[in-house]
Formats: sequence, C-alpha cells, structure tokens
Amino acid sequence: MNTAISGGIGGAWYLSLAAVLFAIGAFGLLIRRNVLVMFMCIELMLNAANLTFVTFANMLHDIGGQVLVFFVLVVAAAEVVVGLGIVVAIFRRRANATADDLHLMKG
Amino acid sequence: MLVVAGGLFSAVSTTHVSAVSVGTFVVAAAIVLAGGIGVVVARNPVHSALMLVMTLFGIAVLFVLQRADFLAAVQVIVYAGAIVVLFLFVIMFLGVDRQENITAEPLRGQRPLAIALVAMAFAGLALLGEVSHWTTGAPSVAGTTDVNTSNVAQIGKSVYTTYLFPFEVTSALLVIAVVGAVVLARRPPAASDAESIGATEDVTGDDPSVTEQPVEEAFAAAAPVDVTDPTTSEEGS
Repeated sequence: MNTAISGGIGGAWYLSLAAVLFAIGAFGLLIRRNVLVMFMCIELMLNAANLTFVTFANMLHDIGGQVLVFFVLVVAAAEVVVGLGIVVAIFRRRANATADDLHLMKG
Repeated sequence: MLVVAGGLFSAVSTTHVSAVSVGTFVVAAAIVLAGGIGVVVARNPVHSALMLVMTLFGIAVLFVLQRADFLAAVQVIVYAGAIVVLFLFVIMFLGVDRQENITAEPLRGQRPLAIALVAMAFAGLALLGEVSHWTTGAPSVAGTTDVNTSNVAQIGKSVYTTYLFPFEVTSALLVIAVVGAVVLARRPPAASDAESIGATEDVTGDDPSVTEQPVEEAFAAAAPVDVTDPTTSEEGS
C-alpha cells in the first residue's frame, strides 16, 4: 500500500478516522429518535465518506476523488433541503419530531 | 481507539512525516471525533447542530492537510454556512429545541443491537482495509493532483471536461430539490383560500390539529401582559 504522502502522515490514519466517524454516525442514526438529529448523523456519515474520497484522491494522485466530493456536497444539500421540507410538513400535522410517532404508513 | 484503528488497517508509513502535520492531524482528528460524539449524545438538537459545525471544521482542516483547498473552503461555506444554518433555522422555526431524554430506551434491546451492528460494520471496514489491495497507480482519467498547479484550476478543468455530464445532472437535481422543498413546505390549498385574513387567523383556520394548540396558549399568555395597548389586547382576545 502506497500511503507515503510527501510531508504528511499516512493515508491509513485518515481512513481509520473516516471509519470511526462513519461508525459514530451510523450508531447515532440507529439510537436517536429526533428526526433532525438523525439527519445530522447522516451528514456525519456523508462527511466520513467525503474524507475517504479526499484521502484516496491524495493517495492515488487522482483529482477524480475530489470532484466526487463536490458532487456529494450537492447531493447532501439537496437531501437536506427535501428532508427538512418533509420534517416541516410533518410538523404541520403533528407537533413532535420523534421517529416513533411516524407510523402513519405502517400496515 | 484511533491508534488501534490505525493499526488495524496497515502499518503506517513513517517516512516523510513532519511534526507539524502530525500535530495538525491529531488535533483535527480529536475535534472531528469529539464533535461526532457530541452530535450523537447531545440532548438538545441545537447543541447537536453546533457540534456538527465543529466536526465539519475539523474535516475542513483535514482537507487542507490533504491538499484539497477548494473542498475545504466549500466545506466551510456550504456545510457549515448553509446546511447547518438550515438545520438551525428549522429547529428554531419549529420550536423543537427542547431536551430529549436519551437515557431512556424506547425500544427494548435496540442499543445493544445498534452497538453490535456498528461494531460489525466497523470490523468489516477494517478487515477490508487490511486484506484488500487498493488499486494504486491506476491511470487517472480525471487528471492528477499536481502540486504545481492550483487545486481550483484542476477541479474546474476536471468538472468541465471529464465530469461535464454529471455536473449538468446535478443542476437538474438542485432544481428538483428546490421544487420539492417548495411543494412540501407550501400550505395546503384548503387553508390558502382564507389567506387574506391574516397569519394568526390562517393558523387557526387550519384543520383542528395539535399544531394550533401552542399558538392559542401563546396568545392567551401574552394577552394579560399587553392590556395597556388596545390593539394588542383586541388581537389577543
């Protein structure tokens, strides 16, 4: 594995940090009940993936990883806009943001 | 934990390591992890959003360390400046910044299961990093990260040549997201018929749901304070 970055530390450290951050985000997504906090945990996971992309772009000397992070940012922005729109629409009906109460479509 | 995780992947090459870079990485990684844990464990959603800002700034520092200057700036501007502000706006707008009791476990056995699942996923990631051989030295189709030319110029050239079609697709995605947000956040058409009466009448004119109860309570609480002002008391009663 060619992780020698000139003047920097190895890419494995960045990848480990990204994995830990992804695990924290996934754990928060699983245990939290507030929909807004669940969205923030999704942002944490997206950022962990972005960090992985940038790390590989630096390791492989390929700008494509950074461009992909650019697209991930766009998708994250669109996701947050639509998701928060859904949250606002739900709040107009019922005044809490707990995922347990959102069982309207349960059969 | 980080040291253990780093050792799980592979031996870290210690050549060409400068003390400044290592120190910056350690500080930024501590900020990122503290912010991430803070997002998960904070009871107040506003605190979670602020912790998310901390994490995003730490990640921006790590981007700078890896010579992704443009993405670091975009990270601060778009994520910390726009997305988190949108989060905070929705939190304040909906008034949901009340505490959540996260020690109570609403679903029995969910947290051990979540811990087990996350541990399995992390072990899988670490195992993949250990046993798999990443494609190194692959011919780059998008351009190389050359240290001599500017990072912005490289990304711009790559976006407008190799990734031109995905770039155009993202514009369509953004338009769809804007239209979707407008449609979702719009009031129902039944309530918009009585739009000219006013904002306070509009809320009470909706179907009798739970959302109008705090508004009524707020007006009832505010009315005795403003009895000296005739117009306000008239509005409140």
